[in-house]
Amino acid sequence: MGEILVLVDHVDGAVRKPTLELLTLARRIGEPSAVFLGKGADAATETLGRYGAQKVYVVDAAEVDDYLVVPKADALAQIAESASPAAILVPSSADGREIGARVAVRLGSGLITDAVDVVAGENGPETEQSVFAATYQVRAHVTKGTPIITVKPNAATPEEAPATPAVEAVSVTFSAAATGTKIVATAAREKSDRPELTEADIVVSGGRGVNGAENFVVIERVADALGAAVGASRAAVDAGWYPHSHQVGQTGTQVSPQLYIAAGISGAIQHRAGMQTSKTIVAVNKDEDAPIFDLVDYGVVGDLFKVMPQLEEEINKRK
Amino acid sequence: MKIVVCVKYVPDATADRGFNEDGTTDRESVDSLLSELDEYAIEQALQIVESGVEAEITYLTVGPDDAREALRKALAMGGDKAIHVSDDDIQGSDALGTSLILAKAIEKAGFDLVVCGMASTDGAMGVLPAMIAERLGVPQVTYLDEVSVEGGVVKGRREGDVASETVEASLPAVISVTDRTGEARFPSFKGIMAAKKKPVEELDLDDLEIDSDEVGLSASWSTVDAATARPARTKGEVVTDEGEGGVQLAAFLAAKKFI
Ligand SMILES: Cc1cc2nc3c(=O)[nH]c(=O)nc-3n(C[C@H](O)[C@H](O)[C@H](O)COP(=O)(O)OP(=O)(O)OC[C@H]3O[C@@H](n4cnc5c(N)ncnc54)[C@H](O)[C@@H]3O)c2cc1C
Ligand SMILES: Cc1cc2nc3c(=O)[nH]c(=O)nc-3n(C[C@H](O)[C@H](O)[C@H](O)COP(=O)(O)OP(=O)(O)OC[C@H]3O[C@@H](n4cnc5c(N)ncnc54)[C@H](O)[C@@H]3O)c2cc1C
Repeated sequence: MGEILVLVDHVDGAVRKPTLELLTLARRIGEPSAVFLGKGADAATETLGRYGAQKVYVVDAAEVDDYLVVPKADALAQIAESASPAAILVPSSADGREIGARVAVRLGSGLITDAVDVVAGENGPETEQSVFAATYQVRAHVTKGTPIITVKPNAATPEEAPATPAVEAVSVTFSAAATGTKIVATAAREKSDRPELTEADIVVSGGRGVNGAENFVVIERVADALGAAVGASRAAVDAGWYPHSHQVGQTGTQVSPQLYIAAGISGAIQHRAGMQTSKTIVAVNKDEDAPIFDLVDYGVVGDLFKVMPQLEEEINKRK
Repeated sequence: MKIVVCVKYVPDATADRGFNEDGTTDRESVDSLLSELDEYAIEQALQIVESGVEAEITYLTVGPDDAREALRKALAMGGDKAIHVSDDDIQGSDALGTSLILAKAIEKAGFDLVVCGMASTDGAMGVLPAMIAERLGVPQVTYLDEVSVEGGVVKGRREGDVASETVEASLPAVISVTDRTGEARFPSFKGIMAAKKKPVEELDLDDLEIDSDEVGLSASWSTVDAATARPARTKGEVVTDEGEGGVQLAAFLAAKKFI
């Protein structure tokens, strides 16, 4: 079977869950090799091996952290040129998409973005995409060069397949463009004890109906009772009630949890684009004609300030 | 200096979008318009000029005949002129093909700054700015929530994957801006009238010295095998809260084993 390069998404060596999903998908179409860029490879190798990485390519160079996208694209392209993999899988993060885009141009290879599934097919990896605000499913494959596929979080359930990876340090010759865009400062986002939006099994979101930053506690309390992540509509984010990193929708995060609870959200197409593929959808809205009710498995027409606290109380009672 | 703003003409996201049999986007049965996310790119280009940077703004679109409407709307918001690249052989181009056409057209127009939207509202890949920068060999400064240009340097703030980042690059550069950069202006009546007199240059593949077998559906680097409508979600039970709504909802969640 051919080698499949998997670009590792990590924070200082802590491997993020989507990478484990990519390694799991990669085993369906070949033998996974992880590509680790930046600091902390030692800490990551064991985890990568546990999920089936046969090899770990490590590029530990300052450029990777100090400049935007291009050094990572340089590294991935250079490794791909010498390894001639059967495919390259990249996480569908902002960086991942752009790294994939540049490597595709450089290698003259086709690019498929935001796959929600990858399987082995007659003509190489077959992908499934969910498009047009998740109203269509598209099956596609790459026809030229090395298939480069960016994969959305939650595309697969991570499965262990323990291996002891060979670790190969790679020294990259960076292009002149690598140092073109300097990251002059970074500010870490506030850490929360709640699960990450893309990884959570349950998401509880609030919209304009929440009517104020101070009221979001009503949403948070239900989320905490269920062990859920907190989401928000763009209206709530634009109003400054909740941070943008929690926005669900076309220009925020696209989630696909087991359960999505929308409170005080009308259900605009751009919001639906980010939550329509959730397994079970529930809404609380005081307007019985709100379009969100067309999507729901269960809905309550009512005031969220009455329904949500009662829901929280009842959940805690039943636990 | 020269600013080129890339704008895409897309099927209306609020209508029922779909596909043709060959897997290309159905542009017949749905009205199209200027991609809403590109309005933010136009707005930022106009604000850069209003901030005191002396520049000429050119809009660029690659698309069918009626894509000119997107250019007219952009010109009505402000700016100086436009380029429309259209050719029967372009239909069905993928991201690799489209980025090649855009890069060639930008080179031909001349540029110091290229401004793009964060993603189109149809393909929504969010990759063209990076591809254009790669092909032009200039820095990319993408997904910006805030942007400013001063002394030949573009600076911005973006929400990176794990942290908020301040980034900068020297011009020439390609940038993309998000829907958090601030609402776009509406074209004024005066703007709409003025737009009618602004020049729109029509180019085809020959003008850009691109071979017709380099782009279009047949040259595509990837292919769609099937496109199927997802079954519409079936509406479940909706109850009206008469004092027990939260309890009823909890019972539903418990039955589904979420509690
Ligand atoms: C290019 C583009 C991209 C966009 N991207 C996104 C995106 O990523 N995410 C997103 O969410 N939106 C996005 N939008 C915006 C989207 O179109 C809507 O404007 C937005 O989703 C509305 O948010 P909302 O449902 O919270 O507010 P509204 O539409 O104002 O709805 C509020 C709802 O709350 C209900 N309500 C009010 N008070 C109560 C109460 N006390 N109890 C119960 N219900 C109550 C009302 O009945 C109403 O249905 C985008 C728009 C564009 C043009
Ligand atoms: C549902 C769907 C799925 C698709 N999936 C794939 C795929 O997996 N792989 C693939 O290679 N192609 C794919 N395509 C085709 C691809 O969308 C188009 O080829 C398109 O030209 C590039 O991508 P985008 O519209 O997603 O642009 P994005 O990268 O999202 O656009 C970002 C910005 O680039 C500029 N821009 C984009 N297009 C134009 C244009 N025509 N004229 C001027 N400026 C422009 C705008 O400023 C825009 O805001 C898909 C198309 C559709 C409709």
